[in-house]
Amino acid sequence: MDISRRDIFTVGGKLLILASVGATLRQITGAEPPSDAYRMADHWWGMIVDIDKCIGCGSCVRACSKENNVPQGYFRTWVERYQIGDQIKEVRQPHVESPNGAIDGFPPLAPTDGKSFYVPKLCNHCADSPCVQVCPVGATFVSPDGVVLVDQTYCLGCRYCVQACPYGCRYLHPETQTVDKCTLCYHRITKGLTTACCENCPTGARLLVDFKNPKDPVHEILRTNMVQVLKPYMATGAKVYYEHLDGAVR
Amino acid sequence: MLMRRLFRDSAHLIRPALVLIAGMAIFLVVRSAIIPKAFGQYGHYRPGALDLVRQHPIAFAGQETCVMCHDDQATARAAGKHAHVACEACHGPLAQHADDPAAHVPKLPDVADLCRRCHEKDAAKPRNFPQVATAEHSGGAPCNACHQPHNPHL
Amino acid sequence: MIPGVDGFMYPNEVELQWSVLIVLYPYITGLVAGAFILASLERVFKVEAVRPTYRLALLTALAFLLVAPLPLQLHLGHPERSMEMYLTPHTSSAMAMFGFVYLWYLMVVLLLEIWLEYRTEIVGLAQSTTGLKRWIYRVLTLGSYNVSPAARLMDDKVGYAVTVIGVPSAFLLHGYVGFIFGSVKANPWWSTPLMPVVFLFSAMVSGIAAVMVLYVVCMKLRKTPIDMRCLDTIARYLFYTFVIDFTLEMLDLVHRTYESDESFRSLDFMVHTRLLFSHVILQIFLGTLVPLFLLAANQLWRYSAAKRKAMYMTAGVLTLVGIFAMRWNVVIGGQLFSKSFLGYTSYKMQLGEREGLVAAILLMLLPLVVFFVLVKLLPPWQGGKTHQA
Repeated sequence: MDISRRDIFTVGGKLLILASVGATLRQITGAEPPSDAYRMADHWWGMIVDIDKCIGCGSCVRACSKENNVPQGYFRTWVERYQIGDQIKEVRQPHVESPNGAIDGFPPLAPTDGKSFYVPKLCNHCADSPCVQVCPVGATFVSPDGVVLVDQTYCLGCRYCVQACPYGCRYLHPETQTVDKCTLCYHRITKGLTTACCENCPTGARLLVDFKNPKDPVHEILRTNMVQVLKPYMATGAKVYYEHLDGAVR
Repeated sequence: MLMRRLFRDSAHLIRPALVLIAGMAIFLVVRSAIIPKAFGQYGHYRPGALDLVRQHPIAFAGQETCVMCHDDQATARAAGKHAHVACEACHGPLAQHADDPAAHVPKLPDVADLCRRCHEKDAAKPRNFPQVATAEHSGGAPCNACHQPHNPHL
Repeated sequence: MIPGVDGFMYPNEVELQWSVLIVLYPYITGLVAGAFILASLERVFKVEAVRPTYRLALLTALAFLLVAPLPLQLHLGHPERSMEMYLTPHTSSAMAMFGFVYLWYLMVVLLLEIWLEYRTEIVGLAQSTTGLKRWIYRVLTLGSYNVSPAARLMDDKVGYAVTVIGVPSAFLLHGYVGFIFGSVKANPWWSTPLMPVVFLFSAMVSGIAAVMVLYVVCMKLRKTPIDMRCLDTIARYLFYTFVIDFTLEMLDLVHRTYESDESFRSLDFMVHTRLLFSHVILQIFLGTLVPLFLLAANQLWRYSAAKRKAMYMTAGVLTLVGIFAMRWNVVIGGQLFSKSFLGYTSYKMQLGEREGLVAAILLMLLPLVVFFVLVKLLPPWQGGKTHQA
């Protein structure tokens, strides 16, 4: 098909008129263009958890439960309390508890020797996720913006991913009979909100971060603090970084 | 002659091969019909799953939304120690209230349980975090008898 | 305090995800692989003494292979979506790729070999029987009635080739199941390169024992004398395979104990408490040491035929129980301890529900029913016909 110069001018002219009409209309009505403003390629999500700030109130667990309709007895996030006695002779072994995932907080702890602290836990949204690796059908995956999600209409409920997760953050939803887990409140963060747990943490112990955003506080935090991920030897590429984490944390 | 005889004696072997090939062909046809559309666009998954997750309804409106109407409470809070405590951390999920304030009137939380969850004295809490043994602290009086929740410091 | 939990477990770990049905699955596929290896002993490795059990072993393998997907289907949250494993298999998932290994083995190895082996009889029965049976045989002939000596020679040649391919395929079939567990780095009870090898050899042990027991039972039911030379040979190969299997399992145990990594204390405690009966008593003592002793005794001393039969049957049944216990200890044991190494949970086996004990028992009996049907359809009893290829 031969395109003549005349055709180019005709089509080009029409497009120009359409574009200017559209732009004018936009200015008159003030309406947003009907495109989705969120672009996955612009984001790479993670989280920073500061152990020194966590007070074990369980607000995050309650908030997550309400935001995501988490079934009772299962946990997308939870808080653990560690008690490590002074080391005298044997191997340093912590005593850990998480009553009902800390959804109602913890019973108060009387002062003891050694030390004690709280550790919030959630899905680490691993970049090299072992759970994604073992899924037989592609029902769980790492999104282009770094969030590990489950396709509820595609999951078979085989639970291989639950076995493969080193952190225990997955469970089988008793009603949908598919695997469920923390979604990093994907439905919120793609709309410019923060996660329910970060929103409701009263001390700022949990902070949603976007590694691709050059202005995100995560870069300064990682530069100036000693941070760890859970089970680093598993090499999962975990993206939840803990500040002030003790080596005894499992 | 030998070739023909060889062929005649092994011709039956074609049959299971044909069954196998036919099976594979049927499978491939059925597969192309029922495989989810655009599967594999971003990775080994259904891209529609991303939209499915994003469609989940929002329960917590977020502080910025609350502040749009309740700026007097927001100002009081900003001046005090609870400046960084989200409204919904105490008042519960209120996105429905934000969408239709009259239809969903939030119930004020039970003060005793609420304050205790954060401020009950506990050895595992950071030492500089304000905490009291509530049983001995107020002699049975409710927390908001003395402390204003939005600006609690006395 | 959560009932059944000692110490600390991550909150989502308390409930076991893989039930007794997932114990059944490697057990059943193991019997398939082992039965086939016994069949290949005669066909490929020319151990002519076990010829009487050749067809029996093939039918055993098929009966169990047909039932193998059923425990998986019952376990899935959405069995209606199970075809997705074939539609969009995730190539990094051992479970997905295993679906194809299973299909390959079923169609290209087992069904083809059985067809080639039985073709003469099928053609004969297609012409001699009446009614429904006639139709079944006619379909099984796939339309070819050529049973000339030359055609039969061709069948033997191709059957030989199929068995040769079938041996590594059988290894792959059950080695893969072992890899499904062995490749999970999150679980130190499972994660070891030895897992596929241990699974494979214990599969061979269980499969050979199953065919041996079935052979004796079938002969008794048919009131036919047992070929003792055949039985002695099977027992001898069972013994050799068992020695290798036991060595591998002991190697895993010694290695774990010696290296004593962070998981060791927790796992050691689990074996001594929650798994004491199933691991130490059932798997190691009753399921391995006693059969090994019974089989070894027959290599060292000569006993009467009646005594040998009794010893072999005891060894065979104990082996079958022991290998089931081994699968139990791997699957259930791997979920009883916390990945924090600070706690343990318990397995509350359901009774009448989808993944309960009743379902498990029925699924173990079903292959015997299928086997019975196959034996009626394709009788494995023929005297003295040896393979020419």
